Amino acid sequence: MKITHHPSDASLMSCSAGSMPEAFAAVMASHIAMCPCCRGTLSTMEHIGTALFDQLPPTPVSRPAPVAALRAMDADVPSQGPAQEAGVLGDVPDPLVKVLGTSLDDVPWKRVGPGVWSHNITLSDPSRGDLRLIKIAPGQVVPDHGHHGNEMTLVLRGAYSDASGVYRAGDVADLDEHIEHQPIADPVEGCICLIAVEGRLKFKSRVARLVQPFTGF
Amino acid sequence: MIPIVLNAPPDGRGLNAPGPLSMAEFLQRIAERGDVEAFRKLFQAYAPRVKAYMMRQGADANTAEELAQETLLTVWRKAGLYSGEKGSATTWIFTIARNLRIDRLRRELTWVELPDGHNEEASSDALPDEILAEQERKLRVQAALATLPPDQLEVVSLSYIEGLSHSEIADRLGLPLGTVKSRMRLAYHKVRESVEDLK
Ligand SMILES: [Zn+2]
Repeated sequence: MKITHHPSDASLMSCSAGSMPEAFAAVMASHIAMCPCCRGTLSTMEHIGTALFDQLPPTPVSRPAPVAALRAMDADVPSQGPAQEAGVLGDVPDPLVKVLGTSLDDVPWKRVGPGVWSHNITLSDPSRGDLRLIKIAPGQVVPDHGHHGNEMTLVLRGAYSDASGVYRAGDVADLDEHIEHQPIADPVEGCICLIAVEGRLKFKSRVARLVQPFTGF
Repeated sequence: MIPIVLNAPPDGRGLNAPGPLSMAEFLQRIAERGDVEAFRKLFQAYAPRVKAYMMRQGADANTAEELAQETLLTVWRKAGLYSGEKGSATTWIFTIARNLRIDRLRRELTWVELPDGHNEEASSDALPDEILAEQERKLRVQAALATLPPDQLEVVSLSYIEGLSHSEIADRLGLPLGTVKSRMRLAYHKVRESVEDLK
């Protein structure tokens, strides 16, 4: 898999800080499972968190070390056998298997417009964002839509292209607000993507804006 | 607001005071023979800092104390998964604290898992060269952070220590989202430059 589009450095930092909204953390974790390059970047970024943590003024603890609890605990043992190749079984990245199963063909798609299907993934706190799979038929054009917040898209199968290039499986489009784009799904394979959209207060209107081009309402 | 003082003198007050090797060794003793004394040492070294971290993430003192206990218990349970190659003991413990915080304080799924030798060969003892390089890397990252312009250090701290997303940082500071991201990027580039020749 040749990945040419990666998340921005700022997004990777937020990921290494553990501070991304959940929808974005899910897209990011899925990309990382496929991308040795970003795993390398993250390991450098981890030193930033460590350095800041290391220099926090300590707060005295009032209770002693919980040694009594240790006896009752079973240790996790490292998994035996050869280390599994990172990340992808079929075309579902490891981190998504727990919510999607192992095949994109088994997803209960819901048709939202001509040549477009959607599947919503429930988050722990839906007010913080929206995470969904979108399936686009071969050659289907998605109408121009701008962004009013963060949006991150990971291609899982097939490809799409827009003014900024061609996005294939593993590629991430990490878009800032106000970027207009008009993606076209690959004419042969179509495209299945995982898309995170930021929530906060404008959650509803943002999602409407994202889904609107597909549904036409 | 500068949330963290980074130019404190290297007076041995940091977690590396007994040497990073000892912390890694304590972890290894826990892994190999369930050494309770080693656990006590790690607890003394890390629990107060994990508690401070949890409080900065918005936990009250009591919750922060519980999360510090739980973090160290997780360290005990997962010690067998720690490999010196994966980075310093502090990095590993910080990652555990970070994930626990996502799980408990934000009540969200932890999508980005603990590094546990995923796709890399596990090795229990790092070579002396690697330990030195690790120590050198840490000092250089600290030095690079200490020389960041205050506005860059501020966004980095809000992200790593207070756990705010880019949009939350933008709201807190009254800045455009793009400005927050570019400060993060600039800060990272400075850190990256400082460690580029170590690898
Ligand atoms: Zn990447």
